[in-house]
Amino acid sequence: MSLHDQDDPALRAAQEQRLRAVWEPPKGLFLRWSDTNNNQVGKWYVLTAFGFMLFAGVLALIMRTQLAAPDNDLVGPGTFNQLFTLHGSVMMFLFAVPMFEAVSIILLPQLLGARDLPFPRLSAFGYWSFLLGGVFVSGSIFFDAAPDGGWFMYPPLTTRTDLSGLGADIWMLGLSFIEVSSVAAAVELIVGVLKCRPPGMRLNLMPLYAWYILVVAVMILFAFPPLIAGDVLFEMERLLDWPFFDAARGGDPLLWQHLFWIFGHPEVYIVFLPSIALFAMLVPTFARRHLLGYPWIVLAAVGTAFLSFGLWVHHMFATGLPKISLGFFSAASEAVAIPTAVQIFVFIVTLWAGRVVWSTPLLYATGSLAIFVIGGLTGVMVALAPFDWQAHDTYFVVAHLHYVLIGGTLMPLFAGLYYYWPLVTGKKLSDRLGRIAFWLIFVGANLCFFPMHLSGLEGMPRRVFTYPEELGLGGLNLASTIGSFIIAAGVAVIVFDLCRSPWRKRAPRNPWQAGTLEWLALPEDENWGIRSIPLIESRYPIWDQQDFVRKVDEGRYFLPDAEEGRRETIITSVLDARPVSVIRLGGPGWKPMLTALALGGVFILTTYHLYWPALVCGVVTLAMVLWWLWTGTAEIPEKPCKPIGHGMELPLYISGSASPGWWAMFITMMADATAFSGLVFGYYFFWTRHEAFPPAGMTAAPGMTWPMVALALGLAGWLMTVAAREIHTRGGVGTARLLLVGGLATSIAGVPAGLAGPWLSGMDPTAHSYPAIVWTLAIWTCLHAAVAAIMQAYVLARSLAGRMTPHHDADIRNVTVYMHFFALTVVAAYATIGLFPEVA
Amino acid sequence: MAGGVLAVSALVLTGCNRHQSALAPFGLEARSTLGLTVVLTIGAAAIALAVAAIYVAAARAPEGRLSHKGGMRLVLWLGAIIPTVVLTALLLWALPAMRPLPAEAGDLRIRVEGEQFWWRVAYRPPGAPPLFSANEVRLPVGRTVVFELAATDVVHSFWIPGLAGKMDMIPGRTNRLVVKADKPGTYRGVCAEFCGLSHALMAFDVIAMEPAAFDAWLAAARTAPPRPQDRGAALFAREGCASCHAVADNGTRDIGPDLTRFGERLTLGAGILAPTPENTAAFIRDPHRFKPGARMPAYAHLSEDEALALARWLKRTSPEEGR
Repeated sequence: MSLHDQDDPALRAAQEQRLRAVWEPPKGLFLRWSDTNNNQVGKWYVLTAFGFMLFAGVLALIMRTQLAAPDNDLVGPGTFNQLFTLHGSVMMFLFAVPMFEAVSIILLPQLLGARDLPFPRLSAFGYWSFLLGGVFVSGSIFFDAAPDGGWFMYPPLTTRTDLSGLGADIWMLGLSFIEVSSVAAAVELIVGVLKCRPPGMRLNLMPLYAWYILVVAVMILFAFPPLIAGDVLFEMERLLDWPFFDAARGGDPLLWQHLFWIFGHPEVYIVFLPSIALFAMLVPTFARRHLLGYPWIVLAAVGTAFLSFGLWVHHMFATGLPKISLGFFSAASEAVAIPTAVQIFVFIVTLWAGRVVWSTPLLYATGSLAIFVIGGLTGVMVALAPFDWQAHDTYFVVAHLHYVLIGGTLMPLFAGLYYYWPLVTGKKLSDRLGRIAFWLIFVGANLCFFPMHLSGLEGMPRRVFTYPEELGLGGLNLASTIGSFIIAAGVAVIVFDLCRSPWRKRAPRNPWQAGTLEWLALPEDENWGIRSIPLIESRYPIWDQQDFVRKVDEGRYFLPDAEEGRRETIITSVLDARPVSVIRLGGPGWKPMLTALALGGVFILTTYHLYWPALVCGVVTLAMVLWWLWTGTAEIPEKPCKPIGHGMELPLYISGSASPGWWAMFITMMADATAFSGLVFGYYFFWTRHEAFPPAGMTAAPGMTWPMVALALGLAGWLMTVAAREIHTRGGVGTARLLLVGGLATSIAGVPAGLAGPWLSGMDPTAHSYPAIVWTLAIWTCLHAAVAAIMQAYVLARSLAGRMTPHHDADIRNVTVYMHFFALTVVAAYATIGLFPEVA
Repeated sequence: MAGGVLAVSALVLTGCNRHQSALAPFGLEARSTLGLTVVLTIGAAAIALAVAAIYVAAARAPEGRLSHKGGMRLVLWLGAIIPTVVLTALLLWALPAMRPLPAEAGDLRIRVEGEQFWWRVAYRPPGAPPLFSANEVRLPVGRTVVFELAATDVVHSFWIPGLAGKMDMIPGRTNRLVVKADKPGTYRGVCAEFCGLSHALMAFDVIAMEPAAFDAWLAAARTAPPRPQDRGAALFAREGCASCHAVADNGTRDIGPDLTRFGERLTLGAGILAPTPENTAAFIRDPHRFKPGARMPAYAHLSEDEALALARWLKRTSPEEGR
């Protein structure tokens, strides 16, 4: 590993100069907000999510004050219902999930020795969407218009416009917008983990945090879309009176509960696993040894993720479902305790085998494990249906979930805060203040939430704004309230500590003497991420690889320079991290922010029934996305290859499954297909709920002809695109263009053909759940046909403009991925609405 | 934490309630769940302490005390095998408790429908016409009773903690809950699923009676109590109360709670107020002060005196006072 050029200090200084110039963040009051680099975007993201946490915490304090004494009248039921709805929604959607994504955006490139994530502008877009949607949703409480139906938003209370107001729309549309940004971040993180690892970092050498990011991001990908499908149905009912959840017109309120909890239960693990990931980084550091049982903990994480999708019914034990299914879901809910136990014991044996160095982060980790274990054990209790019938929807569950979330999300994040603060800012936080805060939070959390187990069993339901004195629950509630203020005091100490940080002296590099890659970061701000991208041979390279830090710093590994003045990072293969190319990353710019604003306009204006302005925003969003893609992606490089050191040359352009863009499209479409499955699930759910579906007497049906025509058109468009890609690769540019024109025509024709079935037969979607769900499937598919048409036109334009050639064909390859999924959607949708009624 | 636990225990001792608590059962279902609760709590406490002890031992152990192989064996046993065995045993032992009590065609059925924010009740004894009531459930001790639970507006949940676990009331569905009370007394049930503004104010009285007393009550309840033709009756007619509330003809009007036997109810407004004439009058004049979001319109134009006369007339439907 000798590269004698790098022995020359002058050369190294020149390289550093170039890297610094290339990665220089935009400065100035306005310009700085156009930054897209993960260091800046990650910091904004973390601060914003932290701010939402404080806000939701204040809401909780108001609730606890109201409940401090029986028959209290500090706030009325209207305000109280907004408080608890917003507290839960903000903590889940604006704190726990975004905080994981934010921390990961900061840490992931460092953990992987990458210069940035593969799609920095997508991260920035996600951040601006999150900020806009978050302020919109949480700001509503200042106008007394906040959602007030609980974070679970059960219909019909929330879908009947006479029983619920604007708040329900704000929840649905505002949070749908944020779900889009969450899915965007998940795509970014999955591709980051799979494609941006340093050379040599095979999957089994990945830092555990990266494993957990992968697992959690995949969970987001499959958990959020069913909720998005539910949101679609929900808003169709609220805005257009399509009766999906109205029992009087063939709907069923339980459909929402299924879709919500298919999302809602994995959500619990989505916010819990990242905390275990933080433990997995800091426990080895403070045990001064490798983590024992790396394969165990990876398997346990994957197992938890897998099981978490099979538990949702335990939130519905009291809905009167058949006992056999309750038994199954009870057993599955108990089973998830096993991988969780494995993860906890992996940490315990690591500490056992190592030499424990006590520190503030380890103190938080210990305290959170203690709290989490209690929450886990009460989880085992509520997983048993008979016990749950008593505990469900009482303060017992409030106690359980807060033990889980404080022990499994909040305190681990504080552990991570104390651990990683030096990495991000170069300064350590105060150990003394950290300990004071820890004890306040630990004692406060137990005093606040332990009594709730009892008040729940003693008959206190959840979501009550008051309780009568005769119940004798005043003492328990007062204790809870005192506890909640002690927690708040602890958090205030942390905030104070953070505010003092800028005036503290710099910590040494790698102050905890950790062994993992992220601690290469220098205390002084260097925006380039890592000086040179190392060759990885160990899970703890700083501990195990000889002269590792020096070699990285002296640029003796890969890509030590930025000769062409471009932001670059290395793309490697998915399994064994062989270098496959160098990609150019997007730099600062306004497009991500403006696109987020335009998309936000669609959701926010729809909330206020301003449909025309919303449509304008939709068109602007589409135009922005196309402009962004046209100017910033699949750029043909000025030369085919570049050297990255050690005699290696890597291509600057790749397409197909080796490229990050292909993976991003594939992953996005997995999410899209999952949302669509949620809608199809709705159709068959209604089918099981009705003796005849289409219901007897419902003569209007789409028939077979038009759906089959639309199906044929969709498949023809797909085949022509696939053929165009094949012929294009072989050099037949003219034929490929003709095929694309044909595909474009069939996609456009597919839109009216798809709508013709329900339209010509006069199906009235407000009459019954049957026409409503048929229309929904048809519209969803036709929207996808329209998007297919736009993509085909885009590829055609790229080809005509000379931005796509047989060798530089990323655009058509990525669009083909879309078309594969489109073909599946077309088959599933039209077979369901056209053929299924014939065979059922 | 020890301090917190002590403080909590002290608070618990001062504030136990016996009429709305899963810890004070008066029915078979709640009693067997309480047994389960006790076992689960002891087990959970033992496991929590064991994990804490292992953690402390692990953190104190000198470096190298545990080999890689030993560590992996511990993870296998403590993380995987023991939890699997314990949880399997727990499921095999606990899940049979899910089996509902056996019910027969001849058992008393009571249909309860949740409304924002009150309860419509219909007793359906075998071979007899139904008897309508509201915001109060009476049931015979020692006999199996089948609740048929439904809702018309939004999702509610029917929960009598001392009797059995809860069961949701979902528009478009009818859920069954089979119970058997075993201790006479007066208890309380509540709505457990968030249902809107006054979700916290939606409760009902539960009266578990000796079977003979229950039969006698059911028989007597079939005749509407005599009501005087006084000023209150005139006001009841003048204000159109009868368009929502039944006072005599069993179940003919059920938009609002049935008031036929209002006088014998233990509470007013679905378990939230003492049923004094003064409270009743105040409720009639301004129901939303006591129950935000209630469907009943305010009768603020009634003078206090008129409202009181109406309230007294309603109260007189009590058999004792009517006598």
